Amino acid sequence: MLELLWLIPAFPLLGFLVLMLAGSRLSRTEVAWVGAGSVGLSAVVTLVVGLTFMAAPPAGARFTQTLWVWLDVAGFRPAFAFYLDALSLTMIFVVTFVGFLIHLYSVEYMMEEEEGYSRFFAYMNLFVCAMLTLLLADNLMLLLLGWEGVGLCSYLLIGFFYKEEANGQAASKAFIVTRVGDTAMLMALFLLFAELGTLDIQELLQRAGQQFQPGSGLATAVALLLLGGAVGKSAQLPLQTWLPDAMAGPTPVSALIHAATMVTAGVYLIARTHVLFTLAPAVLTLVAVIGTLTLLMAGFAALVQYDIKRVLAYSTISQIGYMFLALGVGAWSAALFHFMIHAFFKALLFLGAGAVIMCLHHEQDMYRMGGLRRLMPFTFWCFLIGSGALAAIPVVTAGFYSKDLIIWNAYNSEIGGVWLWAGAFAGAFLTSIYTFRMVFLTFYRDATEWVKKLMPIQQPGPCVHIPLGVLAVLSVAAGVIELPHTMGKLTLFSGFLNTALPAYHGVHASFGTELLFELLAAAASLGGIYLVWVLVMGPPGLMQRIAALPWASDLERLWLSGWGFDRLYDTLFVQPYLWCARVNKDDFIDGGYRAVAFVTEMLHFVATLTQTGAVRWYATGIAVGAVLTVGLVILL
Amino acid sequence: MSLAWILLLPLTGGLAAWIAGRWSDLWPRWISLGTALLHLLLLVVTWGVFFAGIETAQGAWLMVYKQPWIPQLGISFHLAVDGLSLLLLLLASFLTVLAVLTSWRSVTRSVGFFHFNLLLILTALSGVFIAFDLFLFFAFWEISLLPLYFLIGIWGYENRVYATTKFFIITQGSGLLMLLAILGLVVVHWQATGVMTFDYLELLGTPMSESTAFWLMLGFFIAFAVKLPVVPLHTWLPDAHTQAPTAGSVALAGLVLKIGAYGMLRFVVPIFPQAAADFTLIAMILAVVGILYGALLALGQTDLKRMVAYTSISHMGFVLLGIFAWNELALQGAVIIMLSHGFSAAALFMMVGDLQHRTHTRDLGSFGGLWAMMPRMGGMGLFFAMASLGLPGLASFIGEFLVLMGAFQVNVPLTVLASVGLVAATVYSLWMMQKVYYGARTGDWKLDDTSGRETAIMASLIGATLGLGLYPQPVLTTSGNALAQMREFVDKARTPTARSAAAEARKEDAVASTTPDGGKRP
Repeated sequence: MLELLWLIPAFPLLGFLVLMLAGSRLSRTEVAWVGAGSVGLSAVVTLVVGLTFMAAPPAGARFTQTLWVWLDVAGFRPAFAFYLDALSLTMIFVVTFVGFLIHLYSVEYMMEEEEGYSRFFAYMNLFVCAMLTLLLADNLMLLLLGWEGVGLCSYLLIGFFYKEEANGQAASKAFIVTRVGDTAMLMALFLLFAELGTLDIQELLQRAGQQFQPGSGLATAVALLLLGGAVGKSAQLPLQTWLPDAMAGPTPVSALIHAATMVTAGVYLIARTHVLFTLAPAVLTLVAVIGTLTLLMAGFAALVQYDIKRVLAYSTISQIGYMFLALGVGAWSAALFHFMIHAFFKALLFLGAGAVIMCLHHEQDMYRMGGLRRLMPFTFWCFLIGSGALAAIPVVTAGFYSKDLIIWNAYNSEIGGVWLWAGAFAGAFLTSIYTFRMVFLTFYRDATEWVKKLMPIQQPGPCVHIPLGVLAVLSVAAGVIELPHTMGKLTLFSGFLNTALPAYHGVHASFGTELLFELLAAAASLGGIYLVWVLVMGPPGLMQRIAALPWASDLERLWLSGWGFDRLYDTLFVQPYLWCARVNKDDFIDGGYRAVAFVTEMLHFVATLTQTGAVRWYATGIAVGAVLTVGLVILL
Repeated sequence: MSLAWILLLPLTGGLAAWIAGRWSDLWPRWISLGTALLHLLLLVVTWGVFFAGIETAQGAWLMVYKQPWIPQLGISFHLAVDGLSLLLLLLASFLTVLAVLTSWRSVTRSVGFFHFNLLLILTALSGVFIAFDLFLFFAFWEISLLPLYFLIGIWGYENRVYATTKFFIITQGSGLLMLLAILGLVVVHWQATGVMTFDYLELLGTPMSESTAFWLMLGFFIAFAVKLPVVPLHTWLPDAHTQAPTAGSVALAGLVLKIGAYGMLRFVVPIFPQAAADFTLIAMILAVVGILYGALLALGQTDLKRMVAYTSISHMGFVLLGIFAWNELALQGAVIIMLSHGFSAAALFMMVGDLQHRTHTRDLGSFGGLWAMMPRMGGMGLFFAMASLGLPGLASFIGEFLVLMGAFQVNVPLTVLASVGLVAATVYSLWMMQKVYYGARTGDWKLDDTSGRETAIMASLIGATLGLGLYPQPVLTTSGNALAQMREFVDKARTPTARSAAAEARKEDAVASTTPDGGKRP
């Protein structure tokens, strides 16, 4: 059944083609069936292929399927070929299943759209196809096709409501900023081909292992350039600025692309080319440092946002920071585990937020919400579960298991240490603060005037509730496939992934230390929730007193703007470039040509002055000329 | 198979269209369309015949035709087709079909003469691509100027006289340089071997001193650089492209720029292998400057058509980069860009033409929010904006990827700078989409979406771009032999033994210049 692999990206592609070519002639129901159905079929095939793969693993636990040779020039021979192993299987499973749930949700969420309904599903299907291509690609050129393809769809979907100028700008920003990273990645590809003579990933990793010296300049350069691509796509420092603005897109888009799947492509890239990173320990350390800094930076920024989607956006940046941290300390499967769990709960949170936004007539400001706990009970419970997983509430949520694993590994790994652990620990504390600030502001308190005006609130239908329910169950239950030593040590997930990725080797601190660190992490999570409960729900006036502190408003402004990176880049890059373009609109080089034309015309004008038609002037001219000529002849 | 039909068919068709224009406006259109389609069909059949192996090529040459013309001066009517020529012929023919179609409604004045000019361009450019006698090549090269001069001057827009005069003077000046270089080359060859010939194949490998080779190469280089165009010789292009009627812009961007690239590839490097090798760094720097400067200028424009024109400068920079990197990857990439840019530039110019036909403006500030009224055209604009920024899966990506990959092996810093051009291309492409199709509606027009004819034109270009992007191998195979033959020749000339022979020639020169008669030779 593994031969069905090509169908997984083919179904969404077919859906895209049908919707694009015939979308305007299809009814709304037909569009929904094609749009969601294609991804559903893809998910079913993934299940079949995945079960086959696990039941009877092919030789070497890998399977390659070549469709056609893309091109063949000078020994460069990339193909449209798919590569399935535990890593890509895990990823495509998440993409197709979460993707299907989000498509199902969109069937109802996007109902208000007239012309855009089929356009929306067309873009979404194209996205799923591109994402699957990215994940299944067996060579880096095909991976780049998927990589840029998801970037395109991200651009199209962020700017989906194209009539608003701001949305278009957010979309362009996302595309351009990620393209900066992509260019670095392109350089990595050229360097790899120049040195190793292939872009086939497995072949390349093997040759790199033989030819690159660990820690050599070459290996470091390659890893650094690949990292450039990864930080762009995954919105990590210093290219994180596009993601908060990307929330301009419809909420299902934020759930699918900007939380669950596309933004984790950088994590996938690093895991996929892990050999190259292992050969460059300095870069691997850099990955961990970038991850830690990003998770803290975004955590602080999330504390003060008032737009519910922007909180979630910063939270996504922060959680991907955790994944980078895990990659950096060599805990490959922990990064992937958090990727999967994060895909579940973050999609759940976005979809929950979307349900709230939809029922409040596109209101996204949390301060104008409140009291929704009683008004939208099902959404509330699902959102609470997702928030619990994000804040890593101990034992009962999946997020605890995945995040705790990373925090522990940050300390326990050979590369890790106290500083990385401290960053991750502080990040966990921040996470639970901003998460439950969001929960309390939105669902607790008394209903605001705005909410009361909208009463009675119309409840979402089954297409919205089913995905929420399924994802809520997964956000709780999925954690049990990977349990720490202290809780029975179950390694289903990492055991499976270790057929594709190197196993993690910790320093193996004692049982007691691990338990202590777990208790600390649990305390951070619960302490944060308690703190924010006191701040938001506690005696009125407490927040005002904090806000009145002299540095508070400056700090709030700084965090609200995401540490001012936008302004920095605007001053450093955007404005100078636009200035050059504007000033040189008429091309100064053309000025040279125009000057030649001008001088010629002037000479012509001067020469015509002599053509007066007056015989006296001509006679004088002849006389003077004659005298001069004779004079010259005599003198010389 | 005789090759003359490649030239005679469009020429006859053009004359017929001109004559038929006396009686009807419709006849010239149908005659031209039929001629161009037949031309295309015959070329496709030719391609198929060789590709399927029904007829085998002799070396890289698929077809050759040679008749003496002015034997006293060694000038012959030497036509030949190899894979490279064939691909460019196909492009020329294909774009001519589209140029006829796109002018169907927009051109209403002197329809017969208009179509004669279109087909004369096809004739002249076909001649350029298959002439293997330098005199003949030069003749076709110059003939191609005239119809363009008329197209812009007669059917152009508001500032057409300025544009067409500028275009004519600059390209004519560069043509003069080429003529001098050709004559110089022939004389040098005559002095060295005693044979007077203009034949390309015989002139290949002409022994000459380093400085002679440099100056002659520079003459050719500048002539082709004007057409390509290379910054700072580019300033005729935005004016000519902007003022030309749509069909003229299609011919200019899609084809005329390609003869510059073709000349670099066919003449500059093979005839002067060593001089070109020494010139590589400068040429690659000029290429990178073109890529970045063109992109910067594109972003500054307020006239949509002018903006598209500047993007051509940026894209052709990649071609120059690939040609001077001179390895298999880069050369194949350059050929792919020549084709892909032909498609995407033609499409964008036709899109601008369609918009201008509807709105009577090209001002970016007046557009905005057009997607709501014309989603089909918006989708097509989006597609070619993506082609312009090099999205993987489309033809330009293959070209740029191969060029950069090849150039990377020659010069890393310049390749890195050239890649920055990809980001710059993203900026102007997205900016164009934003200004034209997205955002709030500014004009109060009621615009129809693309008609069946317009959709068919665009669909054919989209198909070509996608096909070349997803499965470029047939094209790569076609040009492969021709490029391999050129590379083999040039690489041999650049080997150490060949270099020492050149050094010998240089020494002789030095000896000659110290002799009392000042080194004059018979």
